[in-house]
Amino acid sequence: MTVETSTWATKKGLAQMLKGGVIMDVVTPDQAKIAEDAGAVAVMALERVPADIRAAGGVARMSDPSMIEGIMAAVSIPVMAKARIGHFVEAQVLEALGVDYIDESEVLTPADEVNHIDKHAFKVPFVCGCRNLGEALRRINEGSAMIRTKGEAGTGNVVEAVRQLRDVLSAIRRLQTMREDELFVAAKELQAPYELVKQVAADGKLPVVNFVAGGISTPSDAALVMQLGSEGVFVGSGIFKSEDPARMANAIVQATTHFDNPKIIADVSKGLGAPMRGIAMEAIPEQERLAVRGW
Amino acid sequence: MKIGVLALQGAFREHLETLDAIGVEGVPVRLPEDLEGVSGLILPGGESTTMRHLIERWDLAGPILDLAATGAPLFGTCAGMIVLSREIVGGEAPVLPLLDVIVERNAFGRQLDSFEAELSVPVLGDTLVHAVFIRAPVIESVGADVDILGRLEDGRIVAVRERNVIATAFHPELAGETRFHRLVAAMASEHDDPGEGSGRRPHPTRRARNAT
Repeated sequence: MTVETSTWATKKGLAQMLKGGVIMDVVTPDQAKIAEDAGAVAVMALERVPADIRAAGGVARMSDPSMIEGIMAAVSIPVMAKARIGHFVEAQVLEALGVDYIDESEVLTPADEVNHIDKHAFKVPFVCGCRNLGEALRRINEGSAMIRTKGEAGTGNVVEAVRQLRDVLSAIRRLQTMREDELFVAAKELQAPYELVKQVAADGKLPVVNFVAGGISTPSDAALVMQLGSEGVFVGSGIFKSEDPARMANAIVQATTHFDNPKIIADVSKGLGAPMRGIAMEAIPEQERLAVRGW
Repeated sequence: MKIGVLALQGAFREHLETLDAIGVEGVPVRLPEDLEGVSGLILPGGESTTMRHLIERWDLAGPILDLAATGAPLFGTCAGMIVLSREIVGGEAPVLPLLDVIVERNAFGRQLDSFEAELSVPVLGDTLVHAVFIRAPVIESVGADVDILGRLEDGRIVAVRERNVIATAFHPELAGETRFHRLVAAMASEHDDPGEGSGRRPHPTRRARNAT
C-alpha cells in the first residue's frame, strides 16, 4: 500500500472540512477553550488580536512558540498560526511546532516587500489573504491551499470584507462569460497564471476554499458574507473584544450555519451585549491600512 | 427518492455533488423538518465538536435516531463516523450512538500526518478505493454485530457497517469515489421499496404510494 502524506488533496481537503464554520482568533488557551465550546471549527493562535496590533503599532511578528503550543494542547480542533508575509523561516518554525495551518498574514508586518513564501516547499498547508481575484490566483499559484479575503482587520467594520468578496466573485462571473480566446488577456490583466484563470472560468469558482476575514463582528455580518457566497468566516477581534465573548462566538457560529434563515439569525442576535467598537474606514490613514500589504 | 446530507458544517457540498453525479437527489439538512421525506442520511466530514454542538442546539439527535430506527441507511465520513460511534476514546459523550464501535479522534496525529492511500474494500469490488485521510479518526474495536469493510495495511479499521449504518474514516467524496454513495442509494431504495430484489413482485399500489 502506498501512503503519501501532506498531499495537495489533504492540504486543500482540511479547508474543505472547515467550510460552513467559524475560525476564531484567540490569544490564550482559555480563550481557545471558549472558542471550541462555542462551536469554532478552528482557532488562530496569536499574541494580540488585530485590534490590539493596530492600537500598539510597531512591528508585529509571529507569536511565541510556547504560547502556540499551549493553545495546541488545550483544544482538539485544528490550530492555525500567523507568519509574516515572505518570512519563510517563521513558517518553518510554525511547521516544526506542528500547527495545522499557517496564515501568511498581512495583519503582521511584512518581512519581504516583493516575494511571498513559496508555499509548495512546505508540508503544512497555508491560507493567504487577497483583495481581488488576481491576488487570490497568485497566492494559489504559490501553493496556498485556502484563500480568505482580507477585509480590514481589527476594525469591526465589514465594508472592506464585502467589497473584496464581491470583487472576487464578480470577477469569476465575468471570466465565465468570456470566450476562450479572451482568457489570455484576462490572465494578463489579472496578473495571474493562464492555467488557473482557465480553470476558474470553467469551474465558476476558485480551485480552493474561500473564506472571508477582517471586520466580521456580528451574527448578521457573518450571514451577510455567507449569503454573498463566502464558504466560511474568520472572526478576529470581533469575539474577544465584544462584551460577552462566549455568547457572541456561539451566535456567530449559529448564524454561519443558518445564514439563509433570518428568523434564526434574529433569534441568536437577541441580547448579545455590545459588539466590538468599530472604526470607520475614513478614520484610518492610508499608511495604517493592513489590506494593502501583499502584492 | 431523496437522500439527506447533514449540512450544519463541513464538506456537505461535496456529498451533494457526489449524489448528483450518480443521479440521486440530495437535500441539505439543517433543521429537524428538513428530514421529512428523506430515505437516508449522510453525515459529512468537518469538525465533530462543531457538529456535536449544532446537533444538540437544533435538537437533531432524536429525529436522526428515529430515521435510523426505521432502517433507512446512514453514512458517516470522518467526523460523521465519530458522530455515529457509541464510544469515543477519552470519554467524550457519544452524539448518535448507532455504531457499536470505539472510535479514536485524530488517531494519526495532526494535519502534517494527513495522508492518501489505496485501500481494499471488498464489499465494493476489486478496484481499490483511493482514500483521503484528513486528521482522521480510527476504529479501535468493534462489537459482535459490526462488519469490518476496510483496514489499513497495519490492520487498523477504517470502514465499518452495522446493519443500516456505514462509516468511513476517510473521504470518498473528495476522491471522486462514488461506490459508497451508490451502496447507500441502493440501501435507501431497498428501504423505500423492500419488494425490489427480494424475489417478490411489488404490490401494485406500492410504487404509487411511495411516489406521493
